[in-house]
Amino acid sequence: MKLRRLVQRGTSLGPAVVVGVAGFGLWEGTVRAFGIREFLLPKPTSILAELQAEWPVLRHAGWETGRIAVSGLLVGILAGVLLAMFTTRFRTLNEGLTPLAVAVNATPIVALAPIFNAWFGITGTLSNQAVVIAVVFFPVFINTARGLTEVHPDEIELMHSYAAGEWTIMREVRVPNALPFFANALRVVAPLSVIAAIVAEYFGGPQDRIGNVITSNAGFARYDVAWAAIAVASAVGLALFAAALLVERVSMPWRLAVGGSDSNNNPGRET
Amino acid sequence: MSTGGDVPAVVVDGVGMVFNEGTGGEVAALDGIDLTIRAGEFVTLIGPSGCGKSTLLRLIGDLLTPTAGGVSVFGRSAHESRTGQDYGMVFQHAGLFDWRKVQANIELPLELRGWSRSDRGARSSEMLDLVKLDEFSDHYPRQLSGGMQQRVSIARALSFEPRLLLMDEPFGALDEMTREHMQSELLRIWGETGTTVVFVTHSISEAAFLSNRVIVLSPRPGRVHSIIDVALGERTPDTREDPDFFAAATTIREALRSVGGAE
Repeated sequence: MKLRRLVQRGTSLGPAVVVGVAGFGLWEGTVRAFGIREFLLPKPTSILAELQAEWPVLRHAGWETGRIAVSGLLVGILAGVLLAMFTTRFRTLNEGLTPLAVAVNATPIVALAPIFNAWFGITGTLSNQAVVIAVVFFPVFINTARGLTEVHPDEIELMHSYAAGEWTIMREVRVPNALPFFANALRVVAPLSVIAAIVAEYFGGPQDRIGNVITSNAGFARYDVAWAAIAVASAVGLALFAAALLVERVSMPWRLAVGGSDSNNNPGRET
Repeated sequence: MSTGGDVPAVVVDGVGMVFNEGTGGEVAALDGIDLTIRAGEFVTLIGPSGCGKSTLLRLIGDLLTPTAGGVSVFGRSAHESRTGQDYGMVFQHAGLFDWRKVQANIELPLELRGWSRSDRGARSSEMLDLVKLDEFSDHYPRQLSGGMQQRVSIARALSFEPRLLLMDEPFGALDEMTREHMQSELLRIWGETGTTVVFVTHSISEAAFLSNRVIVLSPRPGRVHSIIDVALGERTPDTREDPDFFAAATTIREALRSVGGAE
């Protein structure tokens, strides 16, 4: 059973790998065939060469930016989940805050980066972290709050018939019900945290981070290095996305058992 | 039964229920309901939609509080009975928790009562045996059919031996064949446990097949129109073709027709 699933997973990844490799081949071939100049679009092989040559700098930058993304991610998630649980207990607070949060979430929060520099300092990492936290917080809060409140009324009545209190209902019904909603938010915010960290770094913070490596190298027309830094950032984003999927699988074994797939994004339950 | 003597299972005394009272959008759901259900009885509430049968069930279960009159259950107030965990409830929506395996779903009310793991395990095996789902204890609810899910729901409701089982159209979402099978199963389980059952339905044949007594409600506001005794003795598959069964169904149908709710 396990083996078959593994084999299925392997073969389902096959087409993606083929398309990916073909894409890089096409890229390389196009740049060579049409003589596209390196500052417009470097060849994958040149990017790879810079990745090797600049590895110590890029590795350090990727690590530091990754740390900002992950720490901001964790704080944003914690804040979003705690506030969602808190507002669920107070209906009016929930009804007042949720539309507001949805509205704020629709605004380009990364645009606040220069302002956060003024608030939290332009040289430290705090303002960069603040951008990540702000970007992560809203989707997590909105989705988790929905999952905690969109519970089938029969399930609440059932718990009342057992004379269960609000805390028991939270633990036994609302939190597990919110898990798929939370997981959806996690899929979105995990890669988003890397984007937010890099955009924040464009505007300030220490100079040895991915954002600064990209801007400074692009400024000196060293586009292949900039591309190499983008490749490192992509790897960090993919790693976080993979971690999000892993959390989803481990926390919800029942979804796997009923044949839920990774592409199943619908948190709603059949009624 | 542990309640000795003649304490009735349920006494509904002059109960009225008005929703949105004092807001201008008032809806009178129930008015002047008097009802006594004996211990061990199987009673069905039937009536056209809007007659307040589900509301009455929720008032007995203390999920709603009446705006007039009172409900007592085995000599205590409905509220005391609920907080004393006397109730088992089954809804049309099986209401099983996706994240708990079948066995863990059945054990939920036992967990909430602080039973030890071994006691819970022993009881849930008994209940799985009772509803004939032994080999599915390790499945998740979504892996079961609708009828099987509803059997788990019944097992869960009965796991702690509630004195009163409240069922709100539990078989409403099932197909006809599964439904008839589930009705027979429920009567078998009822016979083995001796619990008191209050059952809401809008199916005439279901009411006739299951009940000792059928309470026919009239709508807007809900009132007790008539109470029909059904004396069919022990039910077997042949009961459904028995002339007495048809006679009981006809009596119920005529009562429903006179309140404007024949199906």
